Amino acid sequence: MANHSATHPAHVQHHFVDSDQQFESAKMGMWVFLVNEILFFGGLFTAYIVFRAWYPDLFTQAAQELNKLWGGVNTIVLIGSSLTVAMAIRSAQKNQKRGLELNLLFTIILACVFLVIKYFEYEHKLHLGIAPGSFWNPTPEILAELSHPKANIFFSIYYVMTGIHGLHVLVGIGLMIWLYIRARKGHFSSEYYTPVEITGLYWHLVDLIWIFLFPLLYLIE
Amino acid sequence: MEAVKTSEKTTLQVKRFKPSENPTTNFFTEERGLKAWLTTVDHKKIGLMYLGAVAFFFALAGFLAIALRTELWTPAKTFIEADTYNKLFTLHGAMMVFFVLVPSIPAALGNFILPMQLGAKDVAFPRLNLASFYIYLIGAVFTFIALFMGGFDTGWTFYTPYSSDGDSATVIWVTLGVFILGFSSILTSTNFMTTIHKLRAPGITWDKLPLNIWALYATSIIQILATPVLAITILLLSLENIMDIGIFDPAKGGDPVLYQHFFWFYSHPAVYIMIVPGFGIISEVITTFSKKTIFGYWAIALSSLAIAFIGFLVWGHHMFTSGQSPVATTIFSFLTFLVGIPTGIKIFNWVATLYKGSIDMKTPMLYVFIFLFLFSIGGFTGIMLGALSVNIHLHDTYYVVAHFHYVMMGGTLMALLAGLHYWWPKMTGKMYNETLGKVAATLIFIGFNMTFLPQFVMGAQGMPRRYYNYIDQFTPFHQTSTVGSYVLGVAFLIILYYLVKSLMSDEKAPANPWESRGLEWQSTSPPDLHNFDHTPVVINKPYDYHRPMEEFQLGLAVEHNGHGEAHDVDVKETEQENS
Ligand SMILES: [Cu+2]
Repeated sequence: MANHSATHPAHVQHHFVDSDQQFESAKMGMWVFLVNEILFFGGLFTAYIVFRAWYPDLFTQAAQELNKLWGGVNTIVLIGSSLTVAMAIRSAQKNQKRGLELNLLFTIILACVFLVIKYFEYEHKLHLGIAPGSFWNPTPEILAELSHPKANIFFSIYYVMTGIHGLHVLVGIGLMIWLYIRARKGHFSSEYYTPVEITGLYWHLVDLIWIFLFPLLYLIE
Repeated sequence: MEAVKTSEKTTLQVKRFKPSENPTTNFFTEERGLKAWLTTVDHKKIGLMYLGAVAFFFALAGFLAIALRTELWTPAKTFIEADTYNKLFTLHGAMMVFFVLVPSIPAALGNFILPMQLGAKDVAFPRLNLASFYIYLIGAVFTFIALFMGGFDTGWTFYTPYSSDGDSATVIWVTLGVFILGFSSILTSTNFMTTIHKLRAPGITWDKLPLNIWALYATSIIQILATPVLAITILLLSLENIMDIGIFDPAKGGDPVLYQHFFWFYSHPAVYIMIVPGFGIISEVITTFSKKTIFGYWAIALSSLAIAFIGFLVWGHHMFTSGQSPVATTIFSFLTFLVGIPTGIKIFNWVATLYKGSIDMKTPMLYVFIFLFLFSIGGFTGIMLGALSVNIHLHDTYYVVAHFHYVMMGGTLMALLAGLHYWWPKMTGKMYNETLGKVAATLIFIGFNMTFLPQFVMGAQGMPRRYYNYIDQFTPFHQTSTVGSYVLGVAFLIILYYLVKSLMSDEKAPANPWESRGLEWQSTSPPDLHNFDHTPVVINKPYDYHRPMEEFQLGLAVEHNGHGEAHDVDVKETEQENS
């Protein structure tokens, strides 16, 4: 078998002819997956648009219950993590093992900070009975501020959108930990850093979705 | 040795590789045993496992269809209760759509054939390919759980409020099952797209792609854009059942028409996910058995993409009676007529391909003719249903049932059968019995028309779909239809019989029994574990039947892997050199 005798670097899987082909394929696969993700969230954004068009008052009223300050902090945290993940890729390209490890670690920490803040936001709201769908059971004070009969639907949309986004953050943290372990073992170099690159692509999309969610949910006047 | 000059820069040294008729090893003999199969990343084994699973679900859902038809023998109760009847037709529809038609051609035949037609050793992401198969099985397990919990009677479309005010537990399980299943199609299509872009053998430029690949490419685009929308729809529906989020259920402040928009945004394109891969098979088979270049290569290739595009803009034709605005209805009706054009282009080009060809009526070709006949009826009746005034009369009648069975069974399934017979010797290394093949094809044609032609008449006369009872005047139509379904059942048993029998026989199929010029036929039957024992080099178009076979059996004999520049340039000259 003539073509199997060609020497392959260890990281190249047998069905690729060379490292370039493998890298390009992985990158394209991730882009196609990101298109999927955009369409997936696109469904949610459509539901948002439809309900907002029907009940504009509901959205301006209910958005007041969301904490703009912590939402804003979280936006900055995620943008920062996009920077660190980009720096991680840069470090890998320049063969800087230490830099790669540190930047991955920073990204993991920032992602965790995001989830912790999100947890306290959820916790506070659930405490006031602001819960999705049939769990909607607000305290009298909240009910006085938020008399709209469909208020629970706004929060259904809020919880579903931010919840699914949060799941994506969680998956990102898992991937980043996996990259960190592999980086520690010295799996990556300027020759081979495909997983870092494509996880970075994924992470940028997760950030980008939050950048749309934040103004659409928190900053309605 | 021959030298193929690709450009000033690259010259590829190529050699003729004639496929061996009696290969000593193939992908069955390497990596043997149950464990090797269940953990394989070989696209051929995964394709065959998909084929087995799809055949299983087809048998199950087909059996349900026979039970349903038997119940409809008399106007009142024949042998099952009305509630059971509702559950059975829901299950028949959901299984046929999500477990059979959607994965059948791409995941089973496509998985096997696509890398071979590209001269690749595998798909781009073999492990994801295996994952997609297991995800498919997990989706099936969820559906069976729903079944054992008592079944669901929402119809395969899961319309709210049917799916939100009844027994939520079973609906949650089955919708999660469909949600999981979506990931399996997403992984398959991501794999296909990347493979088509990045893993083509040297010399395969976009104008040398087999039309089957163009069809699978268009299918992948539709799957990538539509499936995530189904995923989010079904997820919201599950959440509606779990915690009443109030988005789709009218009782909780939601909008059922919004659900219909979401659902059909996926499910109309899904019709093309099911039929476009079938178009690919028809293009392959019709040229091989006419021994003639395809007529209108680009027209067929690009019309697949046109279908993918326009197919996304017509979903509203399922909701003409749901209270859509008249403007939207008119636009959707117009676009529905428009989407018929690229399909018509294909039919004309296929028929033109037959003209002056030397037609060989083998079983696969017989199925192509059945396809052309049945699918054209399905297509035309679709145009009638897309007309606004006619739609009001025919909406939710047996006319619609007959229409989509002519498209899905008369189209997709006939194409699948054509492809299955066509590639059977390649996939298994065994030849099926030609006489029995023709007998079964004839029975299918008769049985199919007996089953579904009367349904057009009944529908036009007002017989509503999904009804358990009917008035006496429809009895002869229903009974003809039921007898037809039995004929179909017998035909499928014959197919099962001779295919299994061919597997047991010792007789080996030749490497290229049809003398096809397709790249997949230039390998041994069954193929080597890595598809080819050389890297194929392609200088001719896949349907150049006027050129000698030798020019289709070229491969790289030198160290250069042919990747890179050689990918993009036309291979211009062939100089004969003796070495
Ligand atoms: Cu449609």
